[in-house]
This record gives sequence, structure tokens and C-alpha cells, in this order.
Amino acid sequence: MSILETIASHLERGEHDEVRALTETALAESIDAATVLDEGLIAGMQVVGEQFRKHEIFLPDVLMAAKAMNAGLEILEPHLSAADIKSQGKIVIGTVKGDLHDIGKNLVGIMLAGAGFDVIDLGKDVPPERFVDAAAESDANVIGMSALLTTTMPSMKTVVDLVKSRGLDGSVRTVIGGAPVTEEYANEIGADGYSFDAANAVECVKRLVEG
Amino acid sequence: MRPKLKFLDQALIERIVSEALDLLATLGLEVQNGNAAALLGDHGAGVDIAKGRVTLPESLVLDAVKKAPSGFELFDVLGNRTHDLSGDNVHFTPGSSGISVLDSETGTMRTPVTGDFVRFTKLTSRLPHIDAASTAFICSDVPEQIQDSYRLFLCLLYGEKPVVTGAFTIESYRLMRDLQIAVRGSADALAMKPLTIFSVCPTAPLKWSDVTAQNLLDCAADSVPVEFISMPLTGFMGPVTLVGSLVQHTAETLSGVVLSQLANPGTPVLYGGSPAAFDMRYETTPMGAVETQMIDCAYSEIGKHLGMPTQAYIGLSDSKALDAQAGLETSMGATLAALAGINSISGPGMLDFESCISCEKLVVDHEICAMAKRMEQGIEPKDDFPARPHFEEMLEEGHLLISDHTRKHLRSEHYFPGPVIERANLSRWREEGSTTLDERARTEVSRHLSEYEPSRLNEDARRELTRLMTTEAARYGMDELPARDGD
Ligand code: B1M
Repeated sequence: MSILETIASHLERGEHDEVRALTETALAESIDAATVLDEGLIAGMQVVGEQFRKHEIFLPDVLMAAKAMNAGLEILEPHLSAADIKSQGKIVIGTVKGDLHDIGKNLVGIMLAGAGFDVIDLGKDVPPERFVDAAAESDANVIGMSALLTTTMPSMKTVVDLVKSRGLDGSVRTVIGGAPVTEEYANEIGADGYSFDAANAVECVKRLVEG
Repeated sequence: MRPKLKFLDQALIERIVSEALDLLATLGLEVQNGNAAALLGDHGAGVDIAKGRVTLPESLVLDAVKKAPSGFELFDVLGNRTHDLSGDNVHFTPGSSGISVLDSETGTMRTPVTGDFVRFTKLTSRLPHIDAASTAFICSDVPEQIQDSYRLFLCLLYGEKPVVTGAFTIESYRLMRDLQIAVRGSADALAMKPLTIFSVCPTAPLKWSDVTAQNLLDCAADSVPVEFISMPLTGFMGPVTLVGSLVQHTAETLSGVVLSQLANPGTPVLYGGSPAAFDMRYETTPMGAVETQMIDCAYSEIGKHLGMPTQAYIGLSDSKALDAQAGLETSMGATLAALAGINSISGPGMLDFESCISCEKLVVDHEICAMAKRMEQGIEPKDDFPARPHFEEMLEEGHLLISDHTRKHLRSEHYFPGPVIERANLSRWREEGSTTLDERARTEVSRHLSEYEPSRLNEDARRELTRLMTTEAARYGMDELPARDGD
């Protein structure tokens, strides 16, 4: 097994110390940093995503793998060009006004961060303006909203409308989720995306960022 | 002998309680409501404003436990006693606050409207083993600001049973109290004869949100009973082990007991919850998981050890249809809960992780509840000894079909389920149309709805309920409430 394959397999098992050490070894062996990233870390993460979707591994395994990925990235970063380490994108997330359910939103945030997104978490009970202000201030690509109460869902439409009325709809996309939220509701209020769980949210946000 | 299920021995219960007391005294709570924090501070809790945490000395907690009633009663809209929530008495109530209904015609889930709620409430009123009504789901055809209170309004108008409910905001509580006063006549009469139980949910771990804490204080001030709904999620928002989750549940629930008893000593409370064995594959909170149900029964043992009546979200299913999974998860939960003596069992009629309500499921679950209640009565001798005379009679007559003993005990010793449970022989079943459970449930729902009798609540109270609700709806831009059949 090549050293890059070994890195990938340790990452798949969430062994961050090994990933960090082997990443250092790979650099010492003069392997190009971008190659270590692509063929070691990212290759490992792809396997993890696939295994999670098939229920071969569980949520903690994914989070441990993400932690290992970050351990390797820390070593690689000084050796990568700006283009190589470009963040996947920036997303502002929060639970909408009046709603205190943040467990699902937190999980989505953790998975997005694990997948390399810059996540700005506004917490829960977030007023519509704050989503839009925060996105504008931080140059975010995406606003992600969570609602678990049917009574708080209308706040999502307010945010989508605000994004439009402030002329941000060219640069900021919106994605929504939460138990009472559906794809049809996303279409109805003009949100750009809907996701039903955290892995699905990562895919959806990736799609939106890639445009 | 009443059969009794136990998961915990005395030593383990005591250890769990003492670990919970330690959590409350050292790590403490996050209390986001100023009134609640001040109340705790005034009574000797340590309030660390910088850290935003409140610690509860052991003596404060144990004092509150002593003040909490060991039981309480509920009364229907007519003022008749329906519930004695004490000892090991078991009562069932439909699951509450669903997001969708399973459409009877199409079998698919959809957003509910007023007509669905009226139908469900009428059905609940017909089923003798469903002891209370619940504000079972949200009607999408009224403004969001009144969606919580509107459910209580419909329950009080169409049914007579007490109601398990809850407010979604601080503001809603006022109307929800006034609706109850409209039924009882005065705040004092309401305090004397409780009509509802309000769910108040601490946030895991060890947190009281502004809304929930204020709802709790408001209920306590009016002596309206509350059920604490603590929800550790194993391995995520709670330790992965059942014992660890029980420690968290105990600490969160005891903090609620303290708040309620400081606000108004003697406030009726249910030591309740809705924990879940978090599913690490699907990111969900299964109510049908065996570990969820074990935690429920075990915390009920702890609640009883502490001298309080108990509640749980158990006897419901995560399935998306009225299928075998729905039946197995619901009956396992209801059976365990009845054997554990959980006083208020919330769940019948519910599917999809507390998200969906089905009328057809309710009539099936009604049979499960009836059987669980029968089982909970246990096995007792009834004119059985001496045994020889019964056998002499059988030998002489060739059967016992018309013996005095049979006729005296037949209907009380055996529960005879309604037509949703299929017990005919094969040929008769075929002759009667080879029906499936789903078809029989639908027929039963239709029969009950056609035989529904309006609530006997007096006209004045009904008018006042409607006036209060209409006025509130108008504040949010709805001048006329949605049309309802029979009005
Ligand atoms: C950005 O883009 C995205 C993309 C995907 C996104 C996304 C955003 N957000 C979510 N997703 C998606 O990905 C996530 C990961 O897979 C998923 O997130 P989920 O959140 O769905 O999944 C989580 C990982 C696990 N699931 C959860 O965490 C929610 C579980 C249930 C049981 C639940 C919980 C845990 C809680 N609750 Co509440 N709670 C319920 C829930 C029942 C249910 N069926 O969902 C629900 C939502 N609650 C309800 C209620 C009524 C309430 N709750 C309340 C409180 C609580 C707790 C505090 C106890 C706790 C929340 C703790 C917390 N920190 O979040 C109160 C709310 C007060 C308020 N103003 O917010 C209160 C009002 C209680 C009351 N008084 O009656 C009901 C809603 C009713 C309705 N029709 O709207 C409810 C369906 C349960 C019920 N039947 O009563 C996906 O939806």
C-alpha cells in the first residue's frame, strides 16, 4: 500500500494521530502537498461519505474521520498554494426566529465544517434580518435555515424575500431543512435548496456553491 | 397481584439520583429566563451571572421533591373526575403536537387542517380506553401565532375529556388559560379541578429556555399541572449508556420540580419525558427503539422512588404507515409502560418520531391500550377456590357455558376487542369480505364518527370559548375562524 493509501485508510478509521504523522512523512518524502490532499485525505473522506450513506459506518465514525482530515490539513496548509486550500465556501446557518430546536442544525453545521466549509453559526431563534446581515457582512455564499416547528417556518420565507429585496440573490443562495420542512415548501417560498439530513445538506450546499 | 416491571434495583436508583444531585449542585443549569433565575437565586441557588449558570444545593432539590404532590386528579369539561394520577394507575392519551396527518383516503402524510383536528377529537371522545384528549397536531389553516391555542379550543369544544397540551410561546399561555377558565367558570374553580396538563421541556443538557421556563412559572401560578419532558438523546445530547441518560434525565427533571415547587408549592407535576436512543445511522430520535422504552420505564421507577406520578412518550411508532412495525412498536411500548405503572402514557395514534397522527392508528392503538390495561390488572382469584365444585359442574353438564361462575365473571375477566382485531375463523373472515386491518380500522373510524355525540359543555361556555378564540384570531388578521361541520 502506498503512503497515500495508508493515509486514506487511517483517515477512514478516524485515526488522527496516525494521519498527522503520515502526512508529515509524506511531505518529508517530497510528495507534493496537493497530491497528499487529493489522493490521501480527500480520497479517504470520499470513502467515508460512501460508507456512511450505505450505513456501514455511523455518525461518530464520520466525525472522527473529519477530525483526522483536519489534523492532516493543518500539516499541509503551509505547503499548499492559496488555490489548493480554497475553502469549499462559506455558509451562515441558524434556527429561525421563535424556534429553539438546534440539534439538527448543529449536526448539519458539524458535517459542513467537516466537509471543509466555513460555517458561521448564528445559533437559534435567529431573526430574519440577522441571517441576511451576517451573510452580507461575511460574504457568505449560502444561508442555511432550520425550523422544527410548523409555526416558525414562515420566517424562512421572510429571509428568502429579504435576500431578494436586498439584491443579494445573485450571490447568496438559500437552503432549508428540519422535520416539518419539505422540498415542496422550499419550492413554494423560492428557497434554492432543501435537505433532509446532514449528509444530504453537504451535497446540497456543494451543488449550490458550485452553481 | 399487580404485575410490575422493574429495570433498576434500589442501589442503582439511589446512585443515579445522587449523581444527578451532584450535577445540579456543581455544574448547575443554564437558565435563560430572568424570572426563573431570580426565583432560584432568592431561594438559595447559586447564580453565576458571568457564566450564566445556576447551581442547586442538594437541600433545595430535596425540599422541592418533598413538596411535590404524590398524585393529582383531572376532571373533564363537565367537572367529573376522570383521572387519578397516583400509585400505579395507568391512563392513555394520544401523542401530541404532530406535524402531519396520515390521510385516511390516500394513506399518505399531509399537512393538517381544522377538519382533521375536529375529526380526531371526535374520535378520541368515542374511545373509552383513551383517557384524555391531546392537542394532537397543528392546523395549518389558522395564523401561526394561534396554532397552539387553537388546538386546545377545538379540544374543549368537541370533546369532554381532559387535555394534554402545551404552548409554543410565552404569549400563547394567557389565552390557553382563559379558554380553561371559560370552561370552569373561574380561575379558582380551575385550580380546584385541573382540566389540562401542559408539557414543559427542558433543553438537553441541563438548560431552561426562556419560553419553557416562563410556561412552567405561569402554569404553577395557576396550579395548572405540568409534565416535564426531558429528552436526552443517547450518545449525542446525552451519554450513550442508558444509565448515563437516566442521570441526565433525573437532573433535568429535578430542576423542573424545583422551579415548579418554588413558584407555587404543591403544583401538580408529572415526572415525565421523551428521551430517545439516538439512531447514529439516520440521525433520528426513534420512539420505538427498545432502549428508548427501557429508559422511559426506568425513569418512571426513579420518579416513583422520589414520590411523584409519572408520564412518558411511549406506545407510539416510527413507522410511516399503519403496518406491522407500527403495531409492534406501539404494543411493546404500551405493554412495558402499563407494567411499569406509568401514570400518563402519551403516544397512541402517533407515527414517524412524534410527527404524524392517524385516526386509523388510534382505533388500533385503542385496542392495544385496552389489552395493556387488562394485563395490568393482573391475575386474581375470583370465586375460584375451592376449585372442585367448578370441575364437578363441568363434568356433570359437559361444559361451563351457562354456569353462574361463567356468567358472573365473563365480561370482567376477559376483554373483548372491537372489530379491528380479527378473531373470526377463516371461513367467516372470508365470508365477511377478507378485510385487512387497514380496512377494518377505516370502517371503525367512520362508525365512530357517525355515532359521535356532541359535547355536553353548556352553551354559555361554548359561546365564551368561541368568542375568546375569534378575538385572538382577529388580532392576527383572521376575522372568521375556519368553517367547521356541525356549527
Ligand atoms: C440549513 O439547512 C438544513 C438542512 C437540513 C436540516 C436543517 C437545516 N435542519 C434540520 N435538517 C435536517 O438535518 C438534520 C440532521 O439529520 C435533521 O434535523 P432534525 O432536527 O430533524 O433531527 C435531529 C438530528 C434530531 N431531532 C431533533 O432534535 C428533534 C426531536 C424532537 C423530539 C424534539 C426535541 C428534541 C425538542 N423539542 Co420539540 N422536538 C420535536 C422533535 C420531534 C420530531 N419529530 O422531530 C418537535 C419538533 N417539537 C415539538 C414541540 C411542540 C416543541 N418542542 C419544544 C422543545 C424541544 C426540546 C427543547 C425538548 C428539544 C430540542 C432541543 C434542542 N436543543 O434542539 C418546544 C419548542 C419551543 C420553541 N419555541 O422552540 C415545543 C413547543 C414543546 C411544547 N411546549 O409543546 C413538535 C413540533 C410541533 C409542530 N407541529 O410544529 C415536535 C414534532 C415533537 C412533538 N410532536 O411534540 C433534519 O431535519
